[in-house]
Amino acid sequence: MSEPFLIGDAMTGGYGKGPDILHECTIAVNPGEIAVIVGPNGAGKSTAMKAVFGLLNVRSGAVRLDGEDITSLSPQDRVVKGMGFVPQTQNIFTSMTVEENLEMGGFIRTDDIRDTMEQVYDLFPILRDKRNQPAGELSGGQRQQVAVGRALMTKPKVLMLDEPTAGVSPIVMDELFDRIIEVSRTGLPILMVEQNAKQALEIADKGYVLVQGRNAYTGTGQELLADPEVRKSFLGG
Amino acid sequence: MDFLNALVAFVNFVGVPAIAYGSQLAIGALGVTLVYSVLRFSNFAHGDTMAFGTMITILVTWWLQSLGVSFGPLPTALLALPAGIAATMALMLFTDRTVYKFYRAQKAKPVVFVMVSLGVMFMMNGLVRFVIGPGDQRFADGERFLISARDFKAMTGLREGLAIKTTQGITVITAVIVVALLFWFLNKTRTGKSMRAYSDNEDLALLSGINPERVVMYTWLIVASLATIAGVLYGLDKSFKPFTYFQLLLPIFAAAIVGGLGSPIGAIAGGFIIAFSEVTITYAWKKVLTYVLPESLKPDGLVQLLSTDYKFAVSFTILVIVLLFKPTGLFKGKAV
Ligand SMILES: Nc1ncnc2c1ncn2[C@@H]1O[C@H](COP(=O)(O)OP(=O)(O)OP(=O)(O)O)[C@@H](O)[C@H]1O
Ligand SMILES: [Mg+2]
Repeated sequence: MSEPFLIGDAMTGGYGKGPDILHECTIAVNPGEIAVIVGPNGAGKSTAMKAVFGLLNVRSGAVRLDGEDITSLSPQDRVVKGMGFVPQTQNIFTSMTVEENLEMGGFIRTDDIRDTMEQVYDLFPILRDKRNQPAGELSGGQRQQVAVGRALMTKPKVLMLDEPTAGVSPIVMDELFDRIIEVSRTGLPILMVEQNAKQALEIADKGYVLVQGRNAYTGTGQELLADPEVRKSFLGG
Repeated sequence: MDFLNALVAFVNFVGVPAIAYGSQLAIGALGVTLVYSVLRFSNFAHGDTMAFGTMITILVTWWLQSLGVSFGPLPTALLALPAGIAATMALMLFTDRTVYKFYRAQKAKPVVFVMVSLGVMFMMNGLVRFVIGPGDQRFADGERFLISARDFKAMTGLREGLAIKTTQGITVITAVIVVALLFWFLNKTRTGKSMRAYSDNEDLALLSGINPERVVMYTWLIVASLATIAGVLYGLDKSFKPFTYFQLLLPIFAAAIVGGLGSPIGAIAGGFIIAFSEVTITYAWKKVLTYVLPESLKPDGLVQLLSTDYKFAVSFTILVIVLLFKPTGLFKGKAV
């Protein structure tokens, strides 16, 4: 099997000097793919994402991007390398306008960012109407769009989303999933954590079920959906 | 006529001084609020930073004067101001590298930073007294008045005069320019926006590739400029004395907190609220009241609510009231 584009390989680690949260946890994604991480609350899904992004130290294991070992790079350097991350909480600049949020997303770029901004507005047309409004005054679904838009502004080579549909209504959720698929069709690999396991696995090329910081099940989205064990424990039968 | 005289007396003794003092407090409070929103601590060394910048400006002013340089009707100190700002910038960057950076790397709690800034305050305090001494320095030269009371009376024929000192005029004009520049910088430039982003959400700023060390550096540079400008304007208007500058910390913090810590607009509003409260409460109203009240109600005493010796009690009282009833301040700052 060839090396995936982005892989957090057998990561073990936790916050600061605290206990290990992740144990030999592996997650990976390839171009054109959507990889989905599901699992119960507190399983360490967000922690795994942060570990891949360098926001916490992994005590053992490695993170590789396009074959290069980036385990010791700072989060900023990973942004420069082409990684985009939307955290689960506090993922927008609430006191700044939508447009300023996007501008800050493209902060590291030295070329003209207006084209990318237009693409984001085409993807999320509501944001174009609200461009001069403080992002903190938007609805939950609109905020998530700002958050994803901000991460897209660097023109990342891989996009990591931690629960992009948290707290939005089912209709908006479907809408957001459609947008995410649209982004993925451009070839951008997407690694995402989802609470809505069923819907997420349906669009997933690859699925990871994490339990207590360990890989419990791994397979294609369809395999996991079909697996009776997974169905029973995580998808409510 | 009596009403006009009352109005002129009011503007002369309350309005003009409070606007000038309010502008000085506002620029001071902007510095405090910037440190608070970007570096997330209350910088107790701010008063002494102002003193340091003013001291350098005074030394350069003296040097320029000894060379026979003058700025016509304007104070020579304005020519020396850039040097004062540059020296203060250097001091801020030095302090940051040698002191604050260490605690940032440790991710120290804000209260630790506050204590550290107290230490920095004592160091700067000692440095300033060592160089220029603890005494009072007057360094304003040039034309003393824009309008003198006598000219005003001759012009209008009123009994009351309205005097506007050159330094008061300069203070207000400088404040308007400084505030306009600062807001332009924070709202329109890439660096300014990155400072706001960092202040809004540090982690996300990091994820956007904003370099925190650069944000911190720019913040200190701006704070150094604001502190020096506020200090020099205050010193020109009143006089320079290291202890007074230390004491200014109270009204400046009161202004920043009343307006809402972290909110630049709040800092400006707070500056004027504190200044007007202080001046109106310590002003002897007898003169104004004598003009407007009928003969029978003429006040006997000075009608001064508080002696000027107690002016700091005003800031302190306002501070306590705001912290009790609206801890986030008028403009939704962060709670202290
Ligand atoms: N900043 C932190 N410092 C210390 N421990 C943390 C921190 N964040 C999370 N944890 C701990 O790590 C464990 C895993 O948390 P994590 O946020 O990764 O779970 P999750 O799978 O994302 O859950 P959810 O579905 O609720 O988002 C939890 O036990 C949590 O208490
Ligand atoms: Mg999570």
